[in-house]
Amino acid sequence: MVRALGWLAAASLAAGLVMAFGVAPREVTQGNVQRIMYVHVPLILASYLAFVVLAVASLVYLVRRDEGADRVAHASGEVGVMFVGLGIATGSIWGKPTWGTWWTWDARLTSVAILFVMYLGYLLLRGTIEDRERAARYCAVVGIVAALDIPLVHFSVYWWRTLHQPPSLMKPGGFTGSTSILWPLLINLLAFVLLYTYFVARRVSLLRAEAEAAA
Amino acid sequence: MSYARRALAVAWKDFAVERRSKETLNALVFFSLLLLFVFQFTLGGDRERLAAVLPGVLWLGFVLSALLALGRTFLVEREHDCWEGLLLAPGDKSAIYLGKLAGNLALMLVVEALVLGLFVVFFDIDLGRALPGLLVVVLLGTLGLAAVGTLFAAMTANVRARELLFPVLLLPVQVPVLLATVKATEALLLGEPLGAVAHWVKLLVAADVIYVVVSLLTFDVVLEG
Repeated sequence: MVRALGWLAAASLAAGLVMAFGVAPREVTQGNVQRIMYVHVPLILASYLAFVVLAVASLVYLVRRDEGADRVAHASGEVGVMFVGLGIATGSIWGKPTWGTWWTWDARLTSVAILFVMYLGYLLLRGTIEDRERAARYCAVVGIVAALDIPLVHFSVYWWRTLHQPPSLMKPGGFTGSTSILWPLLINLLAFVLLYTYFVARRVSLLRAEAEAAA
Repeated sequence: MSYARRALAVAWKDFAVERRSKETLNALVFFSLLLLFVFQFTLGGDRERLAAVLPGVLWLGFVLSALLALGRTFLVEREHDCWEGLLLAPGDKSAIYLGKLAGNLALMLVVEALVLGLFVVFFDIDLGRALPGLLVVVLLGTLGLAAVGTLFAAMTANVRARELLFPVLLLPVQVPVLLATVKATEALLLGEPLGAVAHWVKLLVAADVIYVVVSLLTFDVVLEG
């Protein structure tokens, strides 16, 4: 099952790559550099998914005290931090030739960076507590606080300053770009969501094995 | 005992301990005085430059002393082996949270009043008409910091490397509060009315409500065992 998921993720990643380089048109002003979007946007969106799953799993853990929920939260946190980190890195690589800078304190860049450090702190907390049950409880609380903090971060940073192009997929009025861009983007999004799910499934079974070995 | 009385009992206990030992307040006051030196040495004597960064530096002072003060919230119980005693408090554990939050809020407001006074004297700020608005912003901002700080302090009290983990957990979560307070303070010190920063004040109120409610709901979970 998990193995099949892995192959599915690999196949869709390959398809996404072909779409991004073969089907998607060359952007008029930015040129080929723009193709990094097909990795950058799915990475960030998949990391958002990871943090939503983390929040829900944290809540489920607090209500039902189900160790499985805690493992899902733990795995989601790790994959989410990795994805958002890679998203920031790909964004920098895209930003240098188009904006002329690796990094700028624009509203959306800043809020993603805050997300990154917030969940890095979450993983650090996990790493320092040996007792599994306590780590699960504390991290669930931090996971919920972090999730509720995201809207506050969003508004505060937005008011603080708002160079990033507006969102292209999820915006009022829906997607207005050409479908020649939309399909490669959607395939890549699917690929990264599958990759996320595969990583989480693998990590969860590893965490379960660790817990069983320790018991 | 009613819920409020239990919360008050916790706050009163901490107040009594602090009044006799004065270990936290004395050191914090001294620390905030030292911060003033640090700011002066690192920023230099240029008055204009200083005036431009003053709101940020003021809140940097508040946050640094808050990190030290809040991180110690549950160390009294830890150091004196009274943790179990605290846990034995009857009824809803969130009363303990409220008591500790009240204590932290009072402690921080005292330190902040002092830092603000020192800033007025040493950096020659003219508070003038800005004072009432500034009080609102400081009160709301401090409540936000203290609300999450008290919750996280209860966790990090039981964790290795707590002095490191506490700021690492608290600072990212507090970014909205920091942005709101610094931006609002900046506008108020420039002589704008509180109405001009209403969106920041609303954000602070929303943050405070969210932080306090989620802390009250989850504190029980943190204290278990």
